[in-house]
Amino acid sequence: MKQKGEDKKGGVLIPFKAIAYLFKKPRTLRYPFESKEPAMRYRGFHLNDWDKCTGCGNCADICPNEAITMVEIPEIEPKPGEKNERPKLDYGRCCFCGLCIDICPPASLRLSRDYFHIHFDTDTFSFLPKDEKSDKEHFLGSEQYSILKASLTHRKENYEGFTSELEYSLFEPQRVPMPEIPPDERKLSFIEQVIGYSKEEAKAEASRCLECKLCEDACPAHLKISDYIKAVYEDKPDESLRKIFEDNPIPSICGRICMKHCEAACSLSIRGESLAVRWLKRFVADSIKDYKTALELRAAEPTGKKVAVIGAGPSGLSIAYFLTLKGHKVVVFDSLPSGGGMIRIGPPLYRLPLEAIDKDVNYIASLGVEFRFNTTVGKNILFEDILKEYDAIYLGIGTTVSRSTKVKNIDKAHLALPFLQENKIGQGAKVGKEIIVIGGGNVAMDVAREAIRLQCMQYPNEEVVTKTVSLEDWDELPATEEEIKDAKAEGIQFNPGWGPKEVKIEDGRIKGLLCIKVKSVFDEQGKFSPTFYEENEMLLEGDMVIEAIGQAPDFSFVPKELFEKLEFTPRRKVKVDENGMTTIPKVFAGGDIVNLNLDAVTAIADAKTAAEGIHKMLSGK
Amino acid sequence: METLNLNLNSKAGTSARELELYFGPQHLGMVGNFSITLKVEGDRILEARANPGYLHRGFEKLMEYRTWIQNFPMVCRINVVEPDSMEMIYAMAVEKLAQIEVPERAHYIRSIYLELARVGSHLFGLWAYANMLGFDTVAQWAMYHRDLILDLFEELTGGRVYHIYIWPGGVRRDFPPGFKDKIVNTLHSIGGCVPDYDSTFFNNRLFYERAKGIGKLTQEQAKQWGATGQTMRATGMKFDIRKVEPYAAYDKVDWDVPVRQDGDAYSRVWVIRDEMLESVHMIFKLLDAMPEGPVYNRIPNPFKWKIPKGQAYVRCESSRGELGLYMVSNGGDKPYRVHFRTPSYPNGLIILEKLLKNASIADVGNIMISLYVVAPEIDR
Repeated sequence: MKQKGEDKKGGVLIPFKAIAYLFKKPRTLRYPFESKEPAMRYRGFHLNDWDKCTGCGNCADICPNEAITMVEIPEIEPKPGEKNERPKLDYGRCCFCGLCIDICPPASLRLSRDYFHIHFDTDTFSFLPKDEKSDKEHFLGSEQYSILKASLTHRKENYEGFTSELEYSLFEPQRVPMPEIPPDERKLSFIEQVIGYSKEEAKAEASRCLECKLCEDACPAHLKISDYIKAVYEDKPDESLRKIFEDNPIPSICGRICMKHCEAACSLSIRGESLAVRWLKRFVADSIKDYKTALELRAAEPTGKKVAVIGAGPSGLSIAYFLTLKGHKVVVFDSLPSGGGMIRIGPPLYRLPLEAIDKDVNYIASLGVEFRFNTTVGKNILFEDILKEYDAIYLGIGTTVSRSTKVKNIDKAHLALPFLQENKIGQGAKVGKEIIVIGGGNVAMDVAREAIRLQCMQYPNEEVVTKTVSLEDWDELPATEEEIKDAKAEGIQFNPGWGPKEVKIEDGRIKGLLCIKVKSVFDEQGKFSPTFYEENEMLLEGDMVIEAIGQAPDFSFVPKELFEKLEFTPRRKVKVDENGMTTIPKVFAGGDIVNLNLDAVTAIADAKTAAEGIHKMLSGK
Repeated sequence: METLNLNLNSKAGTSARELELYFGPQHLGMVGNFSITLKVEGDRILEARANPGYLHRGFEKLMEYRTWIQNFPMVCRINVVEPDSMEMIYAMAVEKLAQIEVPERAHYIRSIYLELARVGSHLFGLWAYANMLGFDTVAQWAMYHRDLILDLFEELTGGRVYHIYIWPGGVRRDFPPGFKDKIVNTLHSIGGCVPDYDSTFFNNRLFYERAKGIGKLTQEQAKQWGATGQTMRATGMKFDIRKVEPYAAYDKVDWDVPVRQDGDAYSRVWVIRDEMLESVHMIFKLLDAMPEGPVYNRIPNPFKWKIPKGQAYVRCESSRGELGLYMVSNGGDKPYRVHFRTPSYPNGLIILEKLLKNASIADVGNIMISLYVVAPEIDR
């Protein structure tokens, strides 16, 4: 049956039409004299920008053929939050699928359009990819390049093929947004700004984690972040909490105010938003009503040793926890009526409510730690007596004295810490309508944002203003970007680059703050040494001035002869050895008096070190 | 348990006129890693037994040991001739199990890409068939034109043979700039050679004489023996998964299923020719109708991706017939069980054996290649 198109009776000579093709130009390429340029997206050999590569190892984890191994490169000095490992490719296994490219968070790994490698030695197929930036010798310009010599070590420069595109990446660069109370609403009270993730939101956020663990190296206390995030994703909050408590006994506090070194190191933050590690920790702490049943931790058999901890702040609480679990009897002294130390009086209620602190403190107390509140060492009990009575002492006293600028008439101004304390655990300070906050750090932001709340509460429907003045300019402000953004949203005015000169007084009342323009804040060595344009003055009007320029520790409780023995580092920190012990025997220290980070998680890290040191000393090992 | 009947190898009980002939895999008429044991008497084949197993790589088992994303670059390797329908079917199964939506534009791109793959695959098949019949000129043309299609794939996906392009959630990259024109130009330049193909091969008296009535099967037999694709359509049955169970964007444009009536090698090769032309027309229509927009809905983090418990059977029309994938997830990060239903399996094992009976030795390659047997698909 003949059908459409068929012509079975075609003449036998018709096929000879094909002879015409003899006279056409041949299509076959005469390699190597004629070569075909690979497409722009060609998936050839790898290129790796060693400067951008963080050594996270995601490429090795996703490779379906185990063609990638991470190799330590001793010459590389890893930047903070990075590893000195780089991917090594085995081209005997690689299938050129490019999954490694689509998962690479910094987009350092790319594929080139080179694909020639001929060699008798199979070992040459194992290769550490670099690119023209770090390997000028093997990536050659068109003059030196010859296709006859093409190999893994004879490549064309600027020959990039398949590259990573964020839109098609295998990781999610966008964070699950944290629900917050809007600025205009939160300004009217001390309500907690951040609402917290729901279970679904937390799971979705946790699912973004690539488990590369760069964060764990960056965290001062080396929390097992990747594990506890995974437990959140798997909907096992108990397991997650247990992982957190291995290294951090105050998750409810840290879940709110941690300085999150982990998030700065997060692979996802390179081209997108970092994983919300802090909020996920907060979610875990908040979603578990009772730590005790979830953790099932019990102190070891009593050792009969007694340890005194001075200060119930993050580092004091942590060491009490670690040592109690090891069976030592721990007594914590603090002058405040309840636990938390600086954390209890410093961070404003809208960031860290008191219930969150109590939850952690109460759990630590329930393990058998004895807290002696309202007990100021040096006043209610003498340091010498503690030294005699206890087998080891830990100083976690923090920095409790506000520094002052000491300019003219500054005695009329308020200091940050008493102001914050009054608002946190007191009645709430009486504020003016036009407040000037001196300082550009996070404490200054806390003060200013508390001030604007008090103004809104004390002068409803009236025009009020809070302004900050700081030596540092916009790009140098020590406060975190997040704090500055929130403060701006709440209407705080900023005057960066101005230094206070004098508090102007008229009729016994504050008129304003006379400021002078800052020339530079730091000297050539990077040391704090401000210089000013003396003639360039400005009067900031205001009826209340609060100083928030930093804090210092108070060692007045240490007797003079002992204090002389206490050595300090050049940056005025208490000197401790690798076990956390100071130069006074059996006296250990940690927290803000020891480290330069001045944050809770570093205080926990110090406590962990000192706890190991004390345990070693007490158990005679 | 019944043991495999291997008495083909034993000389006992057979007449001295019978001879055992081992056909392939080194035999020039054999395309791919496959062989047939023939029992012949003179030129007549008494019995044929297909021997797969030269290319068994255990893909279905391997897939149980790789995560959902790690399987994506692997499935295509099951079939080197047309890897794209393998990618498609894996993506379809994962999307069905994990309930992932695919953007509209990605559906169009998938269809265009799969049709290009069909043309490429058919040209490859035409090369094999023409080469086997001795039409070397046509075979060279087909190979060259397939290369032009591979150039398009290289431009779009970065790979020439294994494209690793359709992944769960859409496709891996959008069209590069100017790609639409490139497709149109390439297809026009191939289409311009269709009259040459026709006069040199399809309407060549030699092809007619050589293929007519060879390897003939009826529609009834085709149904019974599990034939799909052009083997079935050459018997007059209009059956195409793209019409029966439309996927991607096949229901968005108007197109026709080419059929022939005679069920022999001649009809099968003509169906392949008509399908190529239909695919080209369909690509033009799809390119015109293609909407703008995203082409990829991001899949979950591959390191934490678990797919809920469930099972899925999906099928698509590969260039050789119905390609099915049955996949079970037990809620883990890897497939629990995977099974492919590949069109070459019934074609190469069942139908081939039956059609070779009483055929002439000279027709073995003719029948086998007209059935479009792709050995790696049988073995997997």
